[in-house]
Amino acid sequence: MRIQVNGEHREVEAATILALVEELGLDVRKVAVERNLEIVPRSLHASTALAEGDRVELVQFVGGG
Amino acid sequence: MTAPTDTWTVAGRTFSSRLIVGTGKYKTYQENAEAAEAAGAEIVTVAVRRVNLTDPDQPMLVDYVKPDRFTFLPNTAGCFTGEDAVRTLRLAREAGGWDLVKLEVLSDTAHLYPDMIETLRALELLIKDGFQVMVYCTDDVVMAKRLEEAGAAAIMPAAAPIGSGLGIQNRVNIRLIIEQATVPVLVDAGVGTPSDATLAMELGCDAVLMNTAIAGAKDPILMASAMKHAVIAGRQGYLAGRMPRRMYASASSPMAGLI
Repeated sequence: MRIQVNGEHREVEAATILALVEELGLDVRKVAVERNLEIVPRSLHASTALAEGDRVELVQFVGGG
Repeated sequence: MTAPTDTWTVAGRTFSSRLIVGTGKYKTYQENAEAAEAAGAEIVTVAVRRVNLTDPDQPMLVDYVKPDRFTFLPNTAGCFTGEDAVRTLRLAREAGGWDLVKLEVLSDTAHLYPDMIETLRALELLIKDGFQVMVYCTDDVVMAKRLEEAGAAAIMPAAAPIGSGLGIQNRVNIRLIIEQATVPVLVDAGVGTPSDATLAMELGCDAVLMNTAIAGAKDPILMASAMKHAVIAGRQGYLAGRMPRRMYASASSPMAGLI
């Protein structure tokens, strides 16, 4: 299905948030997820389904002052 | 010797190090981690950004500056509205699971001074959302009080523009902010040298927050160590109480018994 990840359009196989994080090769323990402007808690990654046109943000901590 | 009980407390968390360091602008995360250790820091500021989807294997901050070693203080750098700040810090809370945060709502200008009207509005939104907020602000004494009344966990006035290294530009204001505050006051931004950090602590700050002063030094690890000692020196000087200023000389050696 076609969704937006971090502002980029992408065709993905994943049907859930957890599957998406894994499909992108990311460490699920180190990223935070927002789906359509709502936080998806880590405990709900596996049970949160993706839908066509979803806008997903995947963020991490980086250096900052 | 500083008594081991000389600690400071923000939002119910107690720390003995009075030096908070940023994690930006280092050559590598490794150097960053070594500098944070050399500074004796217990708290480090961090930013929240999109992961790199094209290179998911690139080094990550948390692999070097570890969250089980340092208290992470997520910031809102890059946010220009209250809504941006709330969104960013909700993600930070999800990434790290804590509610102690640093609010900075900057004006989109060369001097990067905070937009205090929007900062106050963002603070109110964040408190409603359950955050404990340390607030980066101008050294405006009245605005600092407003922030405190709105529920800020700490007041963090800029000593000079972010990354400028110009040192404390208005020590009268910093002192007035400290005198009126019932929450911790930290100088955040503008420190360039160890003596700047010492001066901030001599004025009575509870702690100092800096990034570029260490990261931008020729030898960041050595500067981190210098800053650690500077903050301790300033704190001890503040606690010891300085001698009175005099207009005229006062001989240190006795006049009696001269040969």
